[in-house]
Amino acid sequence: MKSLSDKAIERLRTGAEEPDLAGTRYRLLERIARGGMGVVYAAEDEKLERRVALKVLDVPGTDGDLANRLMREARVLARLEHPGIVPVHDVGTLADGRVFYTMKFVEGQRLDKFIEGVESMQDRLRLFLRICEAAAFAHTRGVLHRDLKPANIMVGPFGEVLVMDWGLAKILRGEAASAVRGADPEATIVEKLKQTGEESDSTKSSVITGHGTVMGTPGYMSPEQARGEVEVLDARSDIFSLGALLRFILAQKTPAEFTPRLDRSLEAICAKATAEQRDSRYSAVQELGQDVSRYLDGLAVGAHRESIFEKAARFYRRYRFFILLILAYLAMRIILLLVLKR
Amino acid sequence: MSDDNSIQGGDRFPRTRWSVIDAARSGDETERVRAMDTLCAAYWKPVYKYVRLRWNRPASDAQDLTQGFFVQLIERNLLEKFDLAKSHLRTYLRLCVDSFVMNEEKAAKRLKRGGNVSHIALDFAGAEEELGGATMDPASIPSPESLEDFFEKEWIRGLFELAVEDLRKHCEANERERTFRLFEEYDLAGDENISYDKLAAEYGIPVTDITNALSWARREFRRGALERLREICGSEEEFQREARAVFGWEAK
Repeated sequence: MKSLSDKAIERLRTGAEEPDLAGTRYRLLERIARGGMGVVYAAEDEKLERRVALKVLDVPGTDGDLANRLMREARVLARLEHPGIVPVHDVGTLADGRVFYTMKFVEGQRLDKFIEGVESMQDRLRLFLRICEAAAFAHTRGVLHRDLKPANIMVGPFGEVLVMDWGLAKILRGEAASAVRGADPEATIVEKLKQTGEESDSTKSSVITGHGTVMGTPGYMSPEQARGEVEVLDARSDIFSLGALLRFILAQKTPAEFTPRLDRSLEAICAKATAEQRDSRYSAVQELGQDVSRYLDGLAVGAHRESIFEKAARFYRRYRFFILLILAYLAMRIILLLVLKR
Repeated sequence: MSDDNSIQGGDRFPRTRWSVIDAARSGDETERVRAMDTLCAAYWKPVYKYVRLRWNRPASDAQDLTQGFFVQLIERNLLEKFDLAKSHLRTYLRLCVDSFVMNEEKAAKRLKRGGNVSHIALDFAGAEEELGGATMDPASIPSPESLEDFFEKEWIRGLFELAVEDLRKHCEANERERTFRLFEEYDLAGDENISYDKLAAEYGIPVTDITNALSWARREFRRGALERLREICGSEEEFQREARAVFGWEAK
């Protein structure tokens, strides 16, 4: 036969990527994004006549590391029913042998894009609080996200916040651990590495350490996660990521190219959340959220010990209207007294 | 919601066959012959082109060396030494080719080669035609790193060609010749201006038929290419890794 040109090879590669949805209730619409494990498509659920997002692995097979991870991610999501966590609808294997799951199709923007249009510091902080609520809920269910970063947060058209991509989630304990079958991604990968003595391509972004495999995003993952200390990870690891996320949210320039200068209290909140030593961080996401809420309400935050001047300034900011009203009243009284004396 | 144990649409993907490496190492002569046929089909073209470029050999020498290499691969059980944990099969074979050509050079000084080498029928004329654009100027021979890329690229090309040929036969057997022609025109010809509408007008059929036919052909092509690939991989893990490399899924 005639040799295939480079162009034909590229075309074949693109064509071969499409999942085979024969026998399913879904119809392929368009490719949305590529992730570490596979591709996410927009598809139509023909039975319910709604749009869904379909995440599918590249390679067929139900017993590989990636297939286990995808199945596990779907099961984790199924147990995290919260308005801030993307809901999963279905999971299975396609006719071409590839594992997939479908989830809510989220229309909106990634946080890193969305935040550029949010000028008010207060609005940014309220957005951050909604991320905290989702993370705190997952923690109460014994699940760590382990990859909280702007690219994994979606903001919908009505300002709803959804935490996405739970592929690196770690099950901490109890109910969730026994309910979510399938190997822990790290445990599986570490085991494979031991067997083969080399790094699997599927974990290309991972780094092997003396303890385990590093999975996460530099800049957002905690020092203990970066060292691969899988066994010690707890809620404080996600708190580090949330601290980095808060710093990102606050530092992003607005459309007017105005970079807000961080208030000392906010700086202290970020610093406490991202402390090198995990014992120095907040012990729970709720604590971090409370500090941010206190800041929004003009109250003292736990992360920062204020000087008398800072207290006065905060007091002024909080009661500015009343203070100005009283000052205006006093000024009027003085003026009246002076006028009457004449 | 479907149960994850129930496979939607049925798992049409073939389960792991005895890998070519295990088969080549086995004592079963039929399996060994099958393994060598499979290896030869997947690798002879990249080996031939590699010998031409890397070793700068004229066509006739490269043909002898390619045939000699595959004969030696069988006779000397070279796959016995292949360690899946240490390298890819294609890297191992490429290094075997280098070693084979070097040894042949030394042997050629003592004895004219080819006296007792049994020959395998391969389409060297076709491979030579494909190399038409490639320069044989020693100064332009790529660096060792890019030669490895070249070998991999040619290996992928060879694998896809086999899968396309499988698809053609499958279409013929199922009276879907028109589907294969559409696939050829749209996906293989490399025509930038082709469109579903043009094809629909040319064949006098609705665009949805074009969409369905191409979708089917691509799925079958993918299935065939993965089946071929699985055959020449030593383990499920290697297969998964190679599939990502072959289809460029890592890079996107």
